[in-house]
Amino acid sequence: MADFTLDRREILPRLIPKPDKYLIVTGLAGAAKDTAAYTKEAANVITLGGAMGAAVSMGLGVALSAPDEAVAVITGDGELMMNVGALATVASMMPDNLSIICVDNGCHGETGGQPGHTSRRTNLALMAEGAGIPSTLTVERADQLDPAASFLIEAPAPHFLWVRVMPGPSSDYKRNWDLVEGRLKFRNGYLGRQANRRRV
Amino acid sequence: MTIDVWSKIIFDQLVDAGVTLFTYVPDFGNDRIVKMADAHNKTRSVLLTSEEEGVALCAGADLVGERAVLCMQSSGVGNCPNMLSLVRGGRFPMLMIVTMRGDYGEQNPWQYPMGQAVVPVLEAMGILTIRVERDDELEAGIAAAISASFSAGQGVALILTQKILGAKAF
Repeated sequence: MADFTLDRREILPRLIPKPDKYLIVTGLAGAAKDTAAYTKEAANVITLGGAMGAAVSMGLGVALSAPDEAVAVITGDGELMMNVGALATVASMMPDNLSIICVDNGCHGETGGQPGHTSRRTNLALMAEGAGIPSTLTVERADQLDPAASFLIEAPAPHFLWVRVMPGPSSDYKRNWDLVEGRLKFRNGYLGRQANRRRV
Repeated sequence: MTIDVWSKIIFDQLVDAGVTLFTYVPDFGNDRIVKMADAHNKTRSVLLTSEEEGVALCAGADLVGERAVLCMQSSGVGNCPNMLSLVRGGRFPMLMIVTMRGDYGEQNPWQYPMGQAVVPVLEAMGILTIRVERDDELEAGIAAAISASFSAGQGVALILTQKILGAKAF
């Protein structure tokens, strides 16, 4: 296994410097904590704490239903792999407003750091490409973060960004675990912003 | 009632209710509905690899105020339970249209285990079930499913049994 050096707690501000420009759906565990810590769980963010495998599909549902919004899915390798067929569904629908960012620590961090497939032979960027996602990119070093941020803005969407980080703690942040509150915050926030736009 | 007739009844009621996305894993029972969704200018279909994707996708549509449904064969119910945590945990509305196998008149023994487990599995995850057995139950059944999901915010499965679908002959 290669030794990766990126610290997962530091990458999101480099990849998405303006998180308020997106509707953001995260997978559970570390991806949720890092995103929650970075955005302070703003109204444009929903973080999952279970339903492992939901993130890409939920993000696709948002992207297809809000085609004028940029949508980002931020999730881990284990969460993505549990429902990896969703990459084919994304490719079939070709939403031009969806970016998938997989923060891959090569292990199941939440349950004790047990190794995952990507620490062995699985290449998620190739799987995304094979599914038919038009723009894929792999990041393994700090000097690749700025080009990756440009990729998320400039490459033809949907995007798949595979960020390989070292195993290690995610952000220390106590997030809201109530999904009803999370849903209503996101939904009412979005619909409220839409209503305000129409008024202007 | 032929498949074209009852499919159109279901599709029209769902469109009237504001459904825009028809997610599905292909089945004989949803074939016409999917084709209608592709032909209509306000709706589209979303082909899934596994039914659980559709649960999360419908939840995503709800997050921005849109309405989606999940169409599947009964065997697909078995792929959904953990993802249905979203429904009870987040009070996401969820409308599943389940076309039965392993039910009345089934000849394929592989279909029976999951077919007979559909209702217990859905109920275990807090999903209401509305069974349609006769033609004259169809319109009211769809209306009830729409009310329970999109008006009342429940998870509900409209179960179209093989009495109305006809059992597939092998």
